[in-house]
Amino acid sequence: MSTDKPLPVIDHDSAPYWQAAHEGRLDIPLCGDCGKHHFYPRAICPHCHSDNLKFDTVSGRGEVHTFTIARRPAGPAFADDVPYVVALIELEEGPRMMSRIQTDDPEKVHIGAEVEVTFVKATDEITFPYFRMT
Amino acid sequence: MKNGRDPVIVGLADAPIEDGKFVTKASVLGHAALVAKAAVEEAGLTLDDVDGLLTAGMWGVPGPGQLATVTLGEYLGIMPTYVDGTNIGGSAFEAHVAHAAMALREGYCEVALIVYSSDQKSLRSRNLGGRPSVLSMQHETPYGMPTPVGGYAMAAQRHMHEYGTTSENLAEIAVATRKWAQLNPAATRRDPLSVDDVLSSTMISEPLHLLDCCLVTDGAGAIVMTTAERAKDLKTKPVAVKGYGEAHTHWAIGEMPDLARLLPAQKAGETAMKMAGVSHSDIDVVEVYDSFTITVLLTLEALGFCKIGEGGDFVSGQRTAPGGAFPMNTNGGGLSALHPGMYGMFLLIEATRQLRGVCGDRQVAGAETALVHGTGGTLSSGATVILQKD
Repeated sequence: MSTDKPLPVIDHDSAPYWQAAHEGRLDIPLCGDCGKHHFYPRAICPHCHSDNLKFDTVSGRGEVHTFTIARRPAGPAFADDVPYVVALIELEEGPRMMSRIQTDDPEKVHIGAEVEVTFVKATDEITFPYFRMT
Repeated sequence: MKNGRDPVIVGLADAPIEDGKFVTKASVLGHAALVAKAAVEEAGLTLDDVDGLLTAGMWGVPGPGQLATVTLGEYLGIMPTYVDGTNIGGSAFEAHVAHAAMALREGYCEVALIVYSSDQKSLRSRNLGGRPSVLSMQHETPYGMPTPVGGYAMAAQRHMHEYGTTSENLAEIAVATRKWAQLNPAATRRDPLSVDDVLSSTMISEPLHLLDCCLVTDGAGAIVMTTAERAKDLKTKPVAVKGYGEAHTHWAIGEMPDLARLLPAQKAGETAMKMAGVSHSDIDVVEVYDSFTITVLLTLEALGFCKIGEGGDFVSGQRTAPGGAFPMNTNGGGLSALHPGMYGMFLLIEATRQLRGVCGDRQVAGAETALVHGTGGTLSSGATVILQKD
């Protein structure tokens, strides 16, 4: 994976999430009050606004909620990837997150397809959670 | 009940463009100033009468554009005492009309000027793809979704999945809008367009084709608002601002509550129509933001012109074209007339012109009530304005 692609600027909210991804886990915040997970990581729960949050390792399984096949890249850094599939994954635990679907055949991707996380190292610090169809 | 402080639109102006570029040689602020001056003078006012200044834009960031009203006020040489730099994307100007209306009613200003300018085409600077990968965007930008089109494509994909909407349905919107552009000498794209042309145009971000996407042009526009009482002494026939509403839900597309329903439009539309005391059958002409064909479909459903999921049928058979039952985007829209980044200003200008009855070949006969709805961000924000011939 080329390194001139945009990398996340990690902050205090997101540091545990990126650290977990680096270690091969999908950790997202779980609210100790309403019991719901959320994504992206925040300092308060977007469902009930509690700050009683902890990171929870989730299953990494979910389904394609929606997607697009990029036939034009989002800038030159992504030109070599075309065509590629960017998707919103609905995790088993509820939240949706953007990611890539790793596939040799973008045309096979469809809404409702079952997927699981796979970790793709970008740099020594950053590993992205991608997904593939199961 | 009528009140002397009821808000009205009394002036407007837009800058001439050719092949999508400004004709006049001036900076982006220069174009803002030229349309501002033309809009106040049309009403018989001067820039010195302006005490309310509202603007939003994408120029000069980082830099002077960070304090957009301050920089524009300085350029114009005025000292406004009511300002609003609300920026919720392309719908900002519909929100500005709402905010100016409230300020006018409250006696907080007497003459409100709303301005937009962009020279993105001349500068070849359109680059929404490079959203810095910070805060919420650190969870989207690295995945390379083409922006903003990818977010709209994801919504279209979801709408197709849930309701069976087709690419042909979406293409009907682009074709109908082009027919309006053919009646507007100022529109950028006026060559004939068919559904097949749209479907065979380059696929950008599935399922959206090149001709499902708006143009990229320069553009500048201004609107002047005052009270009904003050308007009596002015040169133009006022258009009344009868209702308004606004809402937003998300910026990251992954946070959109329902990819197939435009909740901000639903909320803003309900609020505005209730305030104005109008129902759907009272609306004679509709101007809605058409950043992409899917934007229009989602907006019409959310505003309640048809049921959720029935937008595809609603726009079929060129229903929104000239001569159709539902006159919409009568200047040729962002799809065919102009789209200088934040298009909402031009929806307001076209609606006002329709209510003034000055639209020539594209005039909607007997237009008395118009609904304007702006969408901003990536289906993020919505703001509705109901305008009425006074």
